[in-house]
Amino acid sequence: MEVDIPAALAGLAPKLGGTGVEKAQRLTGGASMETWAFNLLGAGEPRPLILRRRAVPLDPETSRSASMAAEAALIEAAGHAGAPVAPLVRLCEPEDGLGEGHITGFVAGETLGRKIVSDPRFDVVRPHLARQCGQILARIHTVPTGAANLTTADAQGELDRYEAIYRTSGAERPILELALQHLRRNLSPPMPNVVLHGDFRNGNLMFDPDRGVAAVLDWELAHVGDPAEDLGWLCVNSWRFGRADRPVGGFGDYQDLLEGYMEAGGAEVPLSRVLFWQALGSLKWGIMCLMMYSSYATGATNSVERPMIGRRVSETEIDLVNLLEAGL
Amino acid sequence: MIEHPRADELIEAVAGWVESIRPQLNPRDAFLSRVAVNALNAVKRELSQGPAAEVAARSRLSALLGMEADLGTLNAELCERLRRGEMDVATPGLLAALKAGIEDQIAIDQPTYVSVGRR
Repeated sequence: MEVDIPAALAGLAPKLGGTGVEKAQRLTGGASMETWAFNLLGAGEPRPLILRRRAVPLDPETSRSASMAAEAALIEAAGHAGAPVAPLVRLCEPEDGLGEGHITGFVAGETLGRKIVSDPRFDVVRPHLARQCGQILARIHTVPTGAANLTTADAQGELDRYEAIYRTSGAERPILELALQHLRRNLSPPMPNVVLHGDFRNGNLMFDPDRGVAAVLDWELAHVGDPAEDLGWLCVNSWRFGRADRPVGGFGDYQDLLEGYMEAGGAEVPLSRVLFWQALGSLKWGIMCLMMYSSYATGATNSVERPMIGRRVSETEIDLVNLLEAGL
Repeated sequence: MIEHPRADELIEAVAGWVESIRPQLNPRDAFLSRVAVNALNAVKRELSQGPAAEVAARSRLSALLGMEADLGTLNAELCERLRRGEMDVATPGLLAALKAGIEDQIAIDQPTYVSVGRR
């Protein structure tokens, strides 16, 4: 069902403390979630706000997404723990007519990964970003595991989950088969579980040219699990935007990330564990790409984005082969 | 086969038109138009490079598995042997064959993609 977002936001304005809205516009990106920017009008200057809403209903059987209520609770808890977030303004109620969603403050900056790794505006701050990301992850990982209703998954659980998705897709991809087999044979003993952002990567972070990370965005995939999962995910080559030589997000080195993590109270995590999760991250992203393609192939969605994302499986496969060749 | 215009010329024409209207599009459609042009370019590369890549993949997998069959059958057999644990990273020639195949595929899907190197 199509929802008239600008009209629904206008109706909601009084509950947000305003009289109306202007310039409601859907932003780029986000296949499963919609992000809208708008200005809240009232006394004084227009207030820029961001709406995030689920474009298709959450299917708790197949989706691993946290509910928007859980996302909202986590944003608040992470903010209290010292992580930079866009402050929560409202968790949408059914009568708001916006479906499942929330509204946060707007944090200015740049999210485009390619700009973070190459735009001269970020040259000064770039060398500090890996350490800063380590520090922020350490803060997020202090959030109590009961702060929101989240699922729990360790490496074994992640492999089981993604293997099941892969098998269901019917795809026959030898590199994904080899990666599944190899990672299963090389599981590490577990570390104590922490609250994970679940999608902490270049592209989901708002960067400021002076301050570095200004806000951690997109909490949809938050769950409880191995601390190295978040650290490894940030290093997956698919979010290095052509700077494969700078393993942390295309902007920094492993050592700075891990030092920053420990400086801010995080556990000591061996690099080998980060590399394991980085490879598992490439495998997961490859299978997610297959899954998104499947939603096109079955007719569930018809955007040009979905079939084309299926052609990104090969990038994860070439990365996996190179990681396996290097001894992981 | 109709050759005037060739398939790649049609693809180029459509991609060029999509590029030309992008400045008039809203941000969402401008983003999707980029995806659309990427898709057209992947199709164009597949038309020119795909047949040779398939021939090479078939002979590579035949040698690796020691059997003759069509590419689909060979690929399924390789997956099956990996699932059963009969082959792994230590199997001679496996990683080299997988790498050669995926290099051909990435040259079609995303020729500018920079993969991870050795640390």
